[in-house]
Amino acid sequence: MRRFRAQAAAEIGMTLRRGESLLLTLGIPVLLLVFFSEVHVLPTGTPEPITFLAPGILALALMGTALVNLSIATGFERGYGVLKRLGATPLGRPALLGAKLAAVLAVELLQAAVLVPVALLLGWHPTAAGALAGVGAALLATAGFGGIGLLLAGTLRAEVNLAAANGLWLVLLLVSGMLVPLAKLPGWLADAARALPAAALTEALHGALGLRTAVPLWSWLVLAAWALAAPLAAALTFSWEDRRS
Amino acid sequence: MPSGPAVDCRDLSVTYGAVTAVDGVSFQVAPGEVLALLGPNGAGKTSTVETLEGYLAPTGGSVRVLGLDPRADHRALMPRIGVMLQKGGLYPTLGPARILRLFARYFDDPADPAALLADAGLAGVARTPFRRLSGGEQQRLSLALALVGRPEVLFLDEPTAGVDPEGRLAVRRLIGELRDRGVAVLLTTHELPEAAKLADRILIVDHGRVVAAGTLAELTAGEDPAVRFGAPPGLDRAGLATALGIDPASVTEPEPGRYRLADPGTPARLAALTAWLADRDLALADLQVGGRTLEEVYLAVTHTSGGEL
Repeated sequence: MRRFRAQAAAEIGMTLRRGESLLLTLGIPVLLLVFFSEVHVLPTGTPEPITFLAPGILALALMGTALVNLSIATGFERGYGVLKRLGATPLGRPALLGAKLAAVLAVELLQAAVLVPVALLLGWHPTAAGALAGVGAALLATAGFGGIGLLLAGTLRAEVNLAAANGLWLVLLLVSGMLVPLAKLPGWLADAARALPAAALTEALHGALGLRTAVPLWSWLVLAAWALAAPLAAALTFSWEDRRS
Repeated sequence: MPSGPAVDCRDLSVTYGAVTAVDGVSFQVAPGEVLALLGPNGAGKTSTVETLEGYLAPTGGSVRVLGLDPRADHRALMPRIGVMLQKGGLYPTLGPARILRLFARYFDDPADPAALLADAGLAGVARTPFRRLSGGEQQRLSLALALVGRPEVLFLDEPTAGVDPEGRLAVRRLIGELRDRGVAVLLTTHELPEAAKLADRILIVDHGRVVAAGTLAELTAGEDPAVRFGAPPGLDRAGLATALGIDPASVTEPEPGRYRLADPGTPARLAALTAWLADRDLALADLQVGGRTLEEVYLAVTHTSGGEL
């Protein structure tokens, strides 16, 4: 427990001091939320854009932390040999992974603490009844995104992983219903998007926090499947040392 | 504490695909002993050490550290060993003080991070991010981190590579202190002088095999007594031989400015040599009497065609 606490404190400290990651996890979500709720150019299909935007931006923020941020940081630690060096200490893999998860959850809490008040100021009226379902969907999505992030970080060279994680973030931003409703996508693309965790999380948050009446079953199934499969794939393929660099 | 060897490596072989990196290496390191693996790059030193650290699985043979299997008993072993990897591997944005405090928390009974920081000469850069430290400072931090858990066995992979002369003295002093406390130290180096100065015993490895082993005295002893010295290149060797009263063929110049007399080097002979040089106002350097130098041993055993020396 002492090792986990020490490592978690270090991971959280390093994450919060990384300027470029704060841009991705807080700066861009706040900017998109404010801009598109004031500039009504998105085909949101709601009288107030904020009703559609707030759950989507929360999903986007979570994806930036659990997938992109975790993946890039872990990829560079692997490339620099930090993970290899930690392997020769009593820290152990469970404590290291637990500390990384703690850092992800801490940043997600910080994001919620910033984004929810901003959205409320912009006129968002979420339904409190769905909060528990929203948290459940967020936890499943964190596991799924984190698994994808570690899958990339544990197999790609750090610089390639940096590009891949950022590229994936942009693609998922576009085909997830975060900014553009799935209904506006071509049918085949919308169907493909529904199999991915980004759209599943966005739909779940819409269902839990107001736009829809409930979380659709397919959202739960897709989120649960990624939450199991992605960390498993990462665990099976992760190499702690990049022998090519 | 069991009285067996701290490190026991038996007939170890390590292969990567078709490449054999380590090919039947055996040695032991006792508590309080410093053993150097000396060899050229690619000799299999790092593969050997990383197998003992648990990073690599032996393809053949067996390894034990403190009686434990480095992979199967990884959790039990890690608190008892200290590791310095050849390539850095630390959080680039954290300073030495923060990294030392973090690593100290991994252990139940760590050394005092502040004292280690001072010992390593890093107090002045305690808050400088790792990536902005000089190469020597990074090496010294890596060494300090290897010590933070009060290890019983220390693995140092090229500990003095890129370290300035002052830092090398500090590393040497530190290793001496650890040996005196009963720590077993296994280090690798491709630099002969470092092996000679740091280690109690030297294993010369090449192409994955141990080609010579022993103390410095054992390795350099031989039935080949000689006097070696440095002087300006192109000396009149025949004239020198005549002045010394020895066979002209026994005076050679293996490389420009380095001379070798196949002679036991009696005091009278040395007096004649220095007088001959003094008469000609020639500078004398590195006068050495006795068996082979470690360098000669090394070159002889690491080059199959190394018979020119």
